[in-house]
Amino acid sequence: MEFDHLLIRYGEMALKGKNRKKFIIQLQENIQQKLKGRFPEAKVTRTQGRMFVLLNGHDPEPIIETCKNVFGIQSLSLAVKVENEVEAIKDAALYALQNGENVRTFKVSVKRIAKDFPVRSQEMNQVLGGHLLSNTESYTVDVHRPDLEINVEIRLEATYITSTVIPGLGGLPVGTSGKSLLLLSGGIDSPVAGYLAMKRGVQLEAVHFHSPPFTSERAKQKVLDLAQQLTAYGRSIKVHIVPFTKLQQEIFREMPDSYAMTIMRRIMLRVSEQICRDKSILSMTTGENLGQVASQTMESMNTINEVTNYPIIRPLVTMDKQEIIEISEQIGIYETSILPYEDCCTIFVPKSPKTRPRRDKVNAFEAKKDFSELIAEAVEGTETVKMTDEQKAASAFDELL
Amino acid sequence: MIYLDNSATTQPDPEVLASFEQVAREFFANPSSIHQFGGKAEQLLHAARKQVADSLKVEPAEIVFTSGGTEGNNMAIKGIALEHQDRGRHIITSEVEHPAVYEACQSLEKLGFNITYLPVDENGTVSAANVKRAIRPDTILITLMHVNNEIGSVMPIREVGNIAKQHPKLFFHVDDVQGLGKMPLTLKNSGIDLCTYSGHKIHGMKGTGILYVDKRTRLFPLMHGGEQERALRSGTENLAGAVAMAKALRLIKQKETDQAKRLQGMQDYLRSELAKLPGVEINSPADAAPHIINFSVPGVKPEVIIHMLGEKEIFISTKSACSSKQKDESKVLAACGFESSRSTSGLRVSLSYENTQAELETFIQALSEAIQQFKEVMR
Repeated sequence: MEFDHLLIRYGEMALKGKNRKKFIIQLQENIQQKLKGRFPEAKVTRTQGRMFVLLNGHDPEPIIETCKNVFGIQSLSLAVKVENEVEAIKDAALYALQNGENVRTFKVSVKRIAKDFPVRSQEMNQVLGGHLLSNTESYTVDVHRPDLEINVEIRLEATYITSTVIPGLGGLPVGTSGKSLLLLSGGIDSPVAGYLAMKRGVQLEAVHFHSPPFTSERAKQKVLDLAQQLTAYGRSIKVHIVPFTKLQQEIFREMPDSYAMTIMRRIMLRVSEQICRDKSILSMTTGENLGQVASQTMESMNTINEVTNYPIIRPLVTMDKQEIIEISEQIGIYETSILPYEDCCTIFVPKSPKTRPRRDKVNAFEAKKDFSELIAEAVEGTETVKMTDEQKAASAFDELL
Repeated sequence: MIYLDNSATTQPDPEVLASFEQVAREFFANPSSIHQFGGKAEQLLHAARKQVADSLKVEPAEIVFTSGGTEGNNMAIKGIALEHQDRGRHIITSEVEHPAVYEACQSLEKLGFNITYLPVDENGTVSAANVKRAIRPDTILITLMHVNNEIGSVMPIREVGNIAKQHPKLFFHVDDVQGLGKMPLTLKNSGIDLCTYSGHKIHGMKGTGILYVDKRTRLFPLMHGGEQERALRSGTENLAGAVAMAKALRLIKQKETDQAKRLQGMQDYLRSELAKLPGVEINSPADAAPHIINFSVPGVKPEVIIHMLGEKEIFISTKSACSSKQKDESKVLAACGFESSRSTSGLRVSLSYENTQAELETFIQALSEAIQQFKEVMR
C-alpha cells in the first residue's frame, strides 16, 4: 500500500457562488499546467467538492512542493484510495498512521457520505481506533490535540484515507481575476507586489524601463530573472522592456530638477497605460508603499496618479519594510532582489526632489514640452520577452554545462 | 590499464575536460568585472550554480564552489567552530573520518575545543544512538562522513539528521565526498546544514568542489577578501572549475540513476570471487556502498600485491591515498576491531561506472596469481 493520491482542498473558493465552477476549473488547469512537464504521469481529477492529484507512480514529495506554490489551494494531504470495505479501510488507516512523522498521539475522524455503507461514522471511528491501537505500540489516542488526525471519507465511489494536513498558500487561482500590468523595477518591492496580486487571482504582465547605457544588461537580466521567479506562483509572464533612455534624458534636460522625478514617474505611467490599452490589460500594479521614499508621499501619489484613470493596485501600500522583506524571503526572490545593479531610478537622481509636488505646478512645467511623440516612440520600441516556469529554454551555456 | 582506484581519484570525463578548457579559454573575464564580458562570465557562473542547486534539490544561494573536499571540510568545521564558539566548544565526530575532517577537529583541540571521537562497530558504522548520547548543551557541531573512504561503510546520516533537527542549536555537517553519485543523499529537510562534495572523485577536475551551506547557517570564512561566494570564500571565482563541477555532477547523477544496478552487480561479483580466494578476508560490510570493497590478505604485505598488480597495469590501493604515507596500520580497520595482521594488510578496490565486468575478471585472475606467487616466494 502507498499514498497514491494527493487531496487538494480549496477554502475560500467554495464561497464564490456563481463563479465557483469557473474558479475550480481554473485551479485544476493551473495545477495541471505546473505538473505537466516534470510529472508526465500525474493526473488532476475532480469529484464533487474534491480535487485529487493521482500520483501514478511519481514521488509525492516534489509534487507536494509544486502544489504548495499554487494559489487557490487551502491545504493538501496525501491520501490512499481504497474500496468501500471495512478491512481495506482498516489497513489503509494503519498505513497512514505508521507513515506519519513524529507522531505519538492520533485521532480518527470518519465521514460517511455514502449512506449505504453499513457501518455508521461513530461506530467506524471506534472500529478503526481499536484496530490501530491493537496493531501498534507506543501510539495513544488524543481527541483534543492529536499529532496526527487520520481522516477517513467514505464517499460514493471509494474511501479516501488522508493523513497530515499540509497548508497551501490560499488565495485565488491565477487567471480568475483578469490581467494587470506590473511595474517591475528590480528592487525588493515590485516583485512582492506582483506576488500578492497573483495571490488574488491576477495574471501578470510586467513592464520594465531600461535606459542603456545608463542601466546595464545585468540590471535588465535581473528583472527578467525576477519575473521568471514569479512564474513559479502562476503562469508565464510577458515582460515588456521599454527603451527609456531618450525620454529620461529629455526629462532631465528640459524639466526643473526638483520635479524631474515626479514627471518621470508620470511618464512611466503614461507609457504603461498605453501598453495596457494595446494588450487589453485593465489595471496596473506597483510596489508603491506610503511614505517609504520621497516619491511615495501622499502628495506625490496624488500628483503622479493624475495621468491615468486606470486602477492602480498597490498591495504593499500599508506594509512595513520588514514585512515586505519577509515575504520576499519566503517566496525565494530576496537574494535576486538585492543584487546591486543600478536601475532607472538610481541613475537619474535629482539633487533635491520635491517631496510634496503639486498638480498645478507639474502641469505648468509639462505644458512647456510635449512628450507624447517620445512616449509613442518608446512604446513602439518596446521589446517583449516571455518568461516561463519551465526549465529555461536552451541557453547559450547548455553545451558547456 | 585497469584502473580500480576510483576512490582516490577518477579519470576526468572528456566532456568535462572539454568544457573546462573552453571556459578557461573563452570566458576568462572576472565575473565581478562590470563590463559586458564580466557580465557574461557572471551569467555562466549563475547558470552553473543553478544547475548544481537543481541537481542537489537545494537553492542556488546555498551552493559554495570550493577547491575540493579538503577545503569544504575545513571550511565547514572551522567555519562553524569559529563563528559559534561563544555558544559552545564541543564537536562530535567519529574515529573513521577522512583526515580532512579528523585533523581539522584535532587542530581545533589546540584552540580549546572539545572533540568527541565516536567509535564504530565491526561494520565500520557509527551508531545514531551514540551520537545522540554524545550531545551536550555546549555541542555546536556534528560532523560525519556519509560513506567511509576505506571500507565503504555507510553511516546512518538520515537518523543523525533527525536527531540534529531536535537540537536546533547545533549544526550537522556531512562529508559526502565518497557517497556522491553512488549513494543518494537528500539534503532538503534532512537536518543537514552543511555537506562537502569533491569534483575529482566524480570524473571532474582536481581543484573543484562544492560546499552546501544551508541558507540559515552562518560560517566564519577561512578566506577574506572580495566577498565572492556570499563572502564565505573570497577569491576570484574559478569559473572553468565551477562549470566543470556542474557538468561532472550532472553526468554522474545520470549514471547513478541509470547504472546503479550494474555497479552493485560488479561489487557482488568481486565479493563472491574474493571470498573464494584462500587467505582473503573481506573487510567491507555486506551493506557497504556499491563502489568500494576492502579486503585483507593477512601475512601478505599489501604493497607487494599493489606492485605485482601494477606491473600488469592493474591499479588498486592499500588504505586511502590520503593516509597511505602514515604508518602501516589502517586506522579505520583498527577502529572496526580487526586484529593487527588484518588491519595492516588491507587492500581496497574502488569502482567507477566506467569499469567493466571483463576488467574485474582479469583483476581477480591476476590477484589470485599474485597471492600464490607471494606465498611461494616467502615459503
